[in-house]
Amino acid sequence: MLSYILKRIGFMIPMLVGITIICFAVMHLAPGSPTDLQTQMNPRASAELKERLRAMYDLDKPLHVQYGLWVKRLMVMDLGKSFATDRRPVADKIMERLPITIILNILSMLLILAVAIPLGVLSAVHQDSWFDRVVSVFVFVGFAIPTFWLALLLMIFFGVDLGWLPISGIRSLNYEYLAPGAACLDLVKHLILPVGIAAFGGLAGLSRYMRANMLEVIRQDYIMTARAKGLSEFQVVYKHALRNALLPVITILGLSIPGLIGGSVIFETIFAIPGMGQLFYMSVMARDYPTIMGILFIGAILTLLGNLIADVAYAVADPRIRVS
Amino acid sequence: MLSEFWKRFLRNKMAVAGGIIVLLLFVVSLLAPWLSPHDPLAIDLKKILAPPSIEHWCGTDQLGRDVLSRMIWGAGISLKVGFVATGIAVIIGALLGALAGYYGGWWDAVIMRFVDMMLCFPTFFLILAVIAFLDPSIWNIMIIIGATGWMGITRLVRADFMSLKERDFVMAARVLGAGDARIIFRHILPNAMTSILVAASLGVAGAILTESALSFLGIGVQPPTPSWGNILTAGKDNIDIAWWLSLYPGLAILITVLGYNLLGEGIRDALDPRLRRGR
Repeated sequence: MLSYILKRIGFMIPMLVGITIICFAVMHLAPGSPTDLQTQMNPRASAELKERLRAMYDLDKPLHVQYGLWVKRLMVMDLGKSFATDRRPVADKIMERLPITIILNILSMLLILAVAIPLGVLSAVHQDSWFDRVVSVFVFVGFAIPTFWLALLLMIFFGVDLGWLPISGIRSLNYEYLAPGAACLDLVKHLILPVGIAAFGGLAGLSRYMRANMLEVIRQDYIMTARAKGLSEFQVVYKHALRNALLPVITILGLSIPGLIGGSVIFETIFAIPGMGQLFYMSVMARDYPTIMGILFIGAILTLLGNLIADVAYAVADPRIRVS
Repeated sequence: MLSEFWKRFLRNKMAVAGGIIVLLLFVVSLLAPWLSPHDPLAIDLKKILAPPSIEHWCGTDQLGRDVLSRMIWGAGISLKVGFVATGIAVIIGALLGALAGYYGGWWDAVIMRFVDMMLCFPTFFLILAVIAFLDPSIWNIMIIIGATGWMGITRLVRADFMSLKERDFVMAARVLGAGDARIIFRHILPNAMTSILVAASLGVAGAILTESALSFLGIGVQPPTPSWGNILTAGKDNIDIAWWLSLYPGLAILITVLGYNLLGEGIRDALDPRLRRGR
């Protein structure tokens, strides 16, 4: 097991190098250097600002030296200073917002699992029933619906028309004066819409995948054996088949991480949630390059880590992976 | 072969519905100047945020412009972005996939590792980061969406090439003296068109969704050019007073994306009925 994990981590190193190269390329392949652009966009750019940019990116040095220096700083998590008026270190700005984004993503992942697996399994077990048809319509709509639009509609319905749920932020203005119970309820109320909608996008994919997987497993010989032994249908489906059909879900979850993280820009912007996605959006609007590059890099690292966790979890759950 | 494809495609009601939606959208965007009841850019400050009426079927926006007309013109924008972005993705993806699959070895190793690295980035992050460095013009948007969306196609085309290059017709072509380029483009690529076509149809849907999200966030198609996404931005700004600004453009996106998805899956099922099993 340990050797598998080590091997897997070793595989990450070239990926990490690749990620830094792509980040660096994004920074430099854009027409003109960051310095040119910044000053073009902003006529008030002072000589001091230009100097700051040049120092930050070492633009006066050859490309490979620039890259080397940049990677050296990355290794100690020095992502530079933000161009925003606060001029704080980018790493600090990201770290204080990262927990919210990660918690929201974990919550929506749990919601996806809790809803998509039963949907997929039931529609496979009752293949071609009315339930299966309803789910497959839901899946098609789920694939096609722009989630930010769904967010708008639900905000109008639950937030504006019914007034049941708050539509922005993660806590009310009077949060600090609420009793612990009420404060908790307040938080939950704020999270229902963002988490529910973030999960909606992933629901369709996973439930469809789960259905296909279950149909595949049910055809296997060992299911035939289980039936032949005289086990009840319930035991065959929910003990023998389900366990095997669940395994690949781990991989799918790992693969869905970049989508979820990327989507956080949209949800956090719509619902005014102070997470990394909102910071990214604000940085893009303000052309705060150090912060943009920092979040791009962190986003890729999160994906890499998520995939690592998924692979290890798979190896724990399925001994066949470890051996081969 | 082709007639059998049509027979199977036409038997699939969902696929036909998808095809009709896609065709209708083409017609609407081509005939936009004649179909739209009002000038999509005409500002009428006396009719700001008017609810749907007989004169303005989908109401008016915050500048009194007719929403239906803006949606009709927006259809063309969506289509253009969808097709150009997907075209770019297909060209990059097919080329890299063909090289990796046909030559194998180092080509394969380098290209596929590059694909893995690109897939580490949340696509939306990558798109936003590049946009921050460029101006959000409609051409830049198309190029960026295309340049960040080719990885899936590369994988598909590579897999196709790896199995096709072992087939007898490739050997026959080689014996006849065909060079690599001829074998790749004239012999193998046409046989890999199936999966490319399906991926392209689903890709158009994805590109339209991405463009609308970008425009919604204000970093895509810029006003006053109408796009479904930027009408929705006005919808969010006026969320408590003008539901029609939120409802209709989103519905248009939903139906369009649904159409391309159904069409793509329909083509796949009709070309290869074996794939239908187990889904």
